[in-house]
Amino acid sequence: MDNKTMTMAASQRLLKKSNKSALQKEKRGKYLVLASALLIITATIAITIFLGTKGLQAFISNGVSLYEFLTSTKWNPTAENPLYGAVPFILGSFAVTILSALIAAPLGIGGAIFMTEIAPSWGKKILQPVIELLVGIPSVVYGFIGLSVLVPFLRDTVGGQGFSLLAGMIVLSIMILPTVTSIATDAMSSLPKGLRESSYAIGATRWQTIWRVLVPAAMPTLLTAIVLGMARAFGEALAVQMVIGNVRSLPSAITDPSATLTTIITLNMGHTTFGSVENNVLWSLALILLVMSFIFILLIRYLSSRRQF
Amino acid sequence: MKTVMEPKRTNTTTEQQPRSEKTETKPAALDVKHLNIYYGENHAVKDVSFSIEKNAVTALIGPSGCGKSTFLRSINRMNDLIPGAKSTGEIQYDDVNLIGDDINVVALRKEIGMVFQKPNPFPKSIYNNIVHALKFNGIRSRKKLDGIVEESLRKAALWDEVKDRLHESALSLSGGQQQRLCIARTLAMKPNILLLDEPASALDPISNAKIEDLIMELKKEYTIVIVTHNMHQASRISDKTAFFLNGVLVEYDKTDRIFTNPSKKDTEDYITGRFG
Amino acid sequence: MNSKVADRIATTIFYLIAATIVTVLVGLLGYILFHGFSKLNIDFLTSPSSSFRAGGGIGNQLFNSFYILFLTMVFTVPLGLGGGIYMAEYARPGRLTNAIRTCIEVLASLPSIVIGMFGLLMFVNLTGWGYSILGGALALTVFNLPVMVRVCEDALRTVARDQKEASLALGITHWHTIKTVLLPAAFPSILTGAILASGRVFGEAAALLFTAGLTTPTLDFSNWNPFDSTSPLNIFRPAETLAVHIWAVNTQGLIPDVREVADGSSAVLIISVLLFNLLARWIGSVVHKKITASK
Repeated sequence: MDNKTMTMAASQRLLKKSNKSALQKEKRGKYLVLASALLIITATIAITIFLGTKGLQAFISNGVSLYEFLTSTKWNPTAENPLYGAVPFILGSFAVTILSALIAAPLGIGGAIFMTEIAPSWGKKILQPVIELLVGIPSVVYGFIGLSVLVPFLRDTVGGQGFSLLAGMIVLSIMILPTVTSIATDAMSSLPKGLRESSYAIGATRWQTIWRVLVPAAMPTLLTAIVLGMARAFGEALAVQMVIGNVRSLPSAITDPSATLTTIITLNMGHTTFGSVENNVLWSLALILLVMSFIFILLIRYLSSRRQF
Repeated sequence: MKTVMEPKRTNTTTEQQPRSEKTETKPAALDVKHLNIYYGENHAVKDVSFSIEKNAVTALIGPSGCGKSTFLRSINRMNDLIPGAKSTGEIQYDDVNLIGDDINVVALRKEIGMVFQKPNPFPKSIYNNIVHALKFNGIRSRKKLDGIVEESLRKAALWDEVKDRLHESALSLSGGQQQRLCIARTLAMKPNILLLDEPASALDPISNAKIEDLIMELKKEYTIVIVTHNMHQASRISDKTAFFLNGVLVEYDKTDRIFTNPSKKDTEDYITGRFG
Repeated sequence: MNSKVADRIATTIFYLIAATIVTVLVGLLGYILFHGFSKLNIDFLTSPSSSFRAGGGIGNQLFNSFYILFLTMVFTVPLGLGGGIYMAEYARPGRLTNAIRTCIEVLASLPSIVIGMFGLLMFVNLTGWGYSILGGALALTVFNLPVMVRVCEDALRTVARDQKEASLALGITHWHTIKTVLLPAAFPSILTGAILASGRVFGEAAALLFTAGLTTPTLDFSNWNPFDSTSPLNIFRPAETLAVHIWAVNTQGLIPDVREVADGSSAVLIISVLLFNLLARWIGSVVHKKITASK
């Protein structure tokens, strides 16, 4: 202690009221970082409010029927008697999402099991970077390859134009594959070791262990992986738009062209006048996207509350 | 000297004064009165009262989880970092209660320094490890900093070993040297009290011995409170020993008395190695 | 016996799945690089694009992409650091913390086209800027912020607790400890995460369609006055990025050499993203070595 401070009583040295300036600096730092954190809340609320009001405008100020919007399959906002039935796009979005999940889920979970159970030593070394690189490929590149390779291929093999629900499904399933695989891998590797050992100890084969013990135990997280992949598929715009064909009618087969919420927004947002009815109904479609991403989050929350390991 | 305080839960204001009747009176550096520490539901330190002497080494012994480290960490308020930790009672230091909400913990930790079980130097040079906190406190003059670095390294008996490589990484030092660097770094703050949390337990026997020699040297200038698992270490270096069990201070007395003629059965059992 | 056969079949299937995944990646990368590499030359990379004729380059788009990326990171890194520091060091369990966490989750899972539309509303119409680089960068900030907050929070949380205790026990304030002990220790992971996030921002297109736009005015690369309308640095001009360009030439393009331009652009985009990836790993390991090794 310096002589000067030594002569002071501890109450003069150690109480908060005796040296405020240092504590003020400390508080300033805290408020600074709190402000950045609050900005995240602000942004989220702003997005919800802006998209909410804008998305409801078509129904409130333009008199579009919400019932027609959600039940009719006829979409033609520029006709003399404009029609605003969003069903083809809503169904289209759900169709590509579910179909792509049907492909990506077994592949992704299979890949995860390969990395954690079948070949943990070298499998992970190969697949991990592959997955990371797949995540890094921008969606327009997926779309472009779909357009220049997959669509002609489908045209030649299954017939039709090639632009189809099928093409969208394939492109999306590859796009969401890394998401599903990496989360499924985390799920499998966080299972306790004892689970495997006790199953092998009673004479089960590796497949029996995987199928009867490990997969059921990891199920909530595996489902989370699939739901996260579906959320990504549901919201993807450009890659799907480039291969799906973008028609306004309901597809009757998987090889028919189709459209989704995102593709119709992508195509028409730039062509319609801001504030017009045709433009406002696009915001209503965007509101459905927003609501769906909230639903996906609720679903994920529910699943993670059921996590066992 | 009365060694064990009966639990007194009701008030902390009225104060019994048994320690004034001890024979060799050294002034108290810290006066602990009815200290209780909780981690959430866990009552980790239970109604502990005793006083820690100035310029002496006080050893805190007891089995793992007995509350001795928790107690030590409450003196310089390191427990504040643990969510859900709560303390009641008093640790009187000069004219303030260290447990109080009005304590500026930053100023407190400069006066009551702490060295941890595992050496934890910053990944910086030896020199910068020592000046890190000095610069924060506004000491900028190179000459002054150099002086303090040398002084504290000498005090920590490390100067001769590192004087030619002050600007090398602290991580290049051996474990024992790193721990002495951590002590030097704390001494550079010119503290009044040193809290040592098992400072030698992670080290080899030779480093261990060096740390013990160092502690014997340092007690001339500083009040030292040391937590140790090592019974021999406690008996070699400390003047007073406090034995904790399940959060309770079972016995507190001069070290030689604790180790030769403890008044409690639990103490005897522990130091003769029957448990812990 | 039966179960052994099933086991063998299952194992084979898992090998096939792994092989499929690897094949998909190798196929994708191989296709892009094989087709695109031959198009890559200095002229293609530096000359401006053409709206109608063949032979256009991607010079402007490449510049726009990096410029928007740069601005986005200028906005996101400090905000992400702030948010990450708050979440890792100050947030106490409670309502506010839960709310922030939920919002991070919501923002991170929003479709990028929705973020683009929010950008259109906020940074194009409300501000009256029209399509602009700044608007695009701000939309991408919203897109990138949750990622950066998570990167910074995780990086700070992995710093060893004893470093923080060491600093606090010396009587250094929490804030100063964060600045001088925790952030330097977390720096390699933050840098790695930021570069990986850059790759993601670099390839993003949907959020930019309605914010930075699909056009680029004629740029005069000798004019570096950021307030001049022909200056590349002007943040209030519209700017088509490379990723947007790939989409635009394929779906709305009139140029005859769509395939060539798209092949080349995709190759550039992929190579850039790969470089971001490699750079992140390399810097991460170099800085890590530098910090831990003796100097």
